[in-house]
Amino acid sequence: MKRTGILRILVIAGLIGLLEVLCRVGVIDNFTMPPPSRIAYDLWRILITGKFNAAIAKTFSNAALAFVLAVTIGIAAGVIIHAMRPLREALDPFFATYYAIPVLAFYPLLIILFGLGDAPKIIIAFMLGVVAIIVNTLNGLDRVPRVLLKTARMARLNPIATAIKITLPSATPYLLTGIKFAVAYSLIGIIGSEFVMSTNGIGFEIAFAYNNFDNATMYPLILLVMIVSISINTGLGLWEKMLLSRRGLR
Amino acid sequence: MSNERHVHVSLRGVTKIFRGAGGTPPVHALGPIDLDLRRGEFFAVVGPSGCGKSTLLEVLAGLSEVTEGEVRFEGKPIHGEIMDGVGVVFQEDACFPWMNIYDNIAFGLRQTSITATEIEGRVKRALSMMGLTPFAQSYPAQLSGGMRQRVCIARTLVLQPRLILLDEPFGALDQQTRLLMGEELLRLWRETGATIFLITHALDEAAMLADRIGVMSARPGRLLEIVETGWARDRDSRIVETDEFGRITARLWQWLRGESMKSIDQSSTAA
Amino acid sequence: MNGTGRWQGTLILIVALIVLWQILYWIVGDIALRSPWQTLSFTVKLLQKPSFWPHLIETGKAFAAALFFAVALGLAIGMTLGLKRIAGDVFEPMLVALYSIPKVTLYPILLLTFGLGISAKIAFGALHGFIPVSLFTINAVRNVRPIFLKTGRVLRLNRFTMITRIVFPAAMPEIFSGLRIGFSLTMIGTVLGEMFASQKGLGYLLMNAIGLHNVDIIMAITFMLVVFAASMSGLLLAIDRRLHRRV
Repeated sequence: MKRTGILRILVIAGLIGLLEVLCRVGVIDNFTMPPPSRIAYDLWRILITGKFNAAIAKTFSNAALAFVLAVTIGIAAGVIIHAMRPLREALDPFFATYYAIPVLAFYPLLIILFGLGDAPKIIIAFMLGVVAIIVNTLNGLDRVPRVLLKTARMARLNPIATAIKITLPSATPYLLTGIKFAVAYSLIGIIGSEFVMSTNGIGFEIAFAYNNFDNATMYPLILLVMIVSISINTGLGLWEKMLLSRRGLR
Repeated sequence: MSNERHVHVSLRGVTKIFRGAGGTPPVHALGPIDLDLRRGEFFAVVGPSGCGKSTLLEVLAGLSEVTEGEVRFEGKPIHGEIMDGVGVVFQEDACFPWMNIYDNIAFGLRQTSITATEIEGRVKRALSMMGLTPFAQSYPAQLSGGMRQRVCIARTLVLQPRLILLDEPFGALDQQTRLLMGEELLRLWRETGATIFLITHALDEAAMLADRIGVMSARPGRLLEIVETGWARDRDSRIVETDEFGRITARLWQWLRGESMKSIDQSSTAA
Repeated sequence: MNGTGRWQGTLILIVALIVLWQILYWIVGDIALRSPWQTLSFTVKLLQKPSFWPHLIETGKAFAAALFFAVALGLAIGMTLGLKRIAGDVFEPMLVALYSIPKVTLYPILLLTFGLGISAKIAFGALHGFIPVSLFTINAVRNVRPIFLKTGRVLRLNRFTMITRIVFPAAMPEIFSGLRIGFSLTMIGTVLGEMFASQKGLGYLLMNAIGLHNVDIIMAITFMLVVFAASMSGLLLAIDRRLHRRV
């Protein structure tokens, strides 16, 4: 492993160790935060007893649904928008400012519209992810070398075959960048809305535990969310890097 | 010690070896080189690509330290620090894009204790000398590559260096612009009386501009030969029509042909 | 695209969004939506109510303070990690990881640390905002063209002058892009913090209105937040493009 990787692990271990000591000595009181070792143990207990399995399943199935919707609709929309020049130009300022808007502020409105169920959460997560997919699809399509498209025409491929066999594979590394963001955003969207107002899911359980001063539940669940999202993102990041370097792009 | 007066820069056994990073073997880039630059002369260096020309310039500038040997400027040894009285012009566009042309040229002066009125006078003179007066308030992005390189030369000139080091200053310019910039460089050299050390890969540029031309070998770069051109001090680009110019260029190429082939071999085995 | 083209595009887009909104209102009806005109007139009415202003001021104060901390912290971290290669290599991926996790889950920790008040909101806003500012600053500082640094060395600048007169201005366009995104994320964080646990502010009003089923307030506040976020972002984007054009 590279030296920076080792250093990074040492830094993280050092920080966790410091927290452990501060909690054990009492500089951080247990009412604020239990020691990291205790959190890890509690998480282990929660996972083997299966106490929150329903909540965990709810959150991840909702996030997966929002993710799949964002990816399929996003890529399709990206291909269509790319083909229509005026639409693209009209939407450019929209894409440029989209992520400045607090999407979660629409959550109350969606609750009024659809009731307090899964739908508003999935819509929020979808709204967060879909634009990242569209923008990166457009970016990838912009970078398809013209010579490949000429090759497709020489081979007499129809537009759909061109898209499936030439354009999208050529744009894959950029699509993957969008997908990486969509994974993060669908988790952020689902857990965020569960947290703000909901009746189930990990976010709801964390908020519920907070309101009941139940640190033995709250901290392990926070740790779980962090571990899951960081490992998914790191994995996708490595895959993206591999794809890009294979093409000599990075 | 009349020799002292004439020798402006002296190099004795100058050698540069780059330590290999992460297990790669060390690279012997340069030397040993022995050379004396005379005060006020125009000295050019030609050599195959990768022969260590730029390393030699960085050593003279004090941007890079020698592994062995010694460099003296006006009798004082250079140890990897930038000496007062030395100016450098690089090949790359070194104009600061966030400053207008006037501020770019004045930038170096403002870091010294020179008075504001003196700065203004020097910058205005440099602007007019380089034909940049109409562009004083423009930004670099609005200027052509040749104009930007003039700004960089002007920025060096205002500091009134006694030794000017130029690292392929016209490398990014087209052939016609190069010839005209070369003429301007000759004019500045005559007017300032500074010693000029020019690195170039263009044989005709060296043959036209320099009093003496050092020919370097493929890596590790050594001086194979010093060619004296014997031009008059007030020459210009029209000397390219003379037979003597053709003979000098041919002689440089005789020396360089074999070295360039070696250098191509080196770079393809390295890749 | 030229400047006027961009303005026209934006205008067409705004009109299209308003039309879409109106059509949606006709479909859904009064139970859950208000028309653009009703929303606008209620927003004006809300702004005239004295009881609304403390909430607006609370959010504004929290946002301003959060932005200050986000920028100061982001620039300090970004400059330090950008100038120190090894430190940057070690910490940058950690910042990227922090960016990608659902930070809402960290909010209870901030609430326990800072207590249920404005400071927790400020900390949460700053937590969102400082990450892009640091990440962009790290990259900006690393990508300063080496020739500028070489020129600085030849001109014998000391380290302080080198940073203030060369590194910072050279990195400015890129740093500004980070500030622009940091601005947006700080606002998102601040509002999000208010939506969860708070007794004051726009986010609080928004959540409170769900219980009261007050569609007017929900529409008006969402409208205000979106208009403010979008127009500020548009303004910063215009400056951003100007800065990048010079290079």
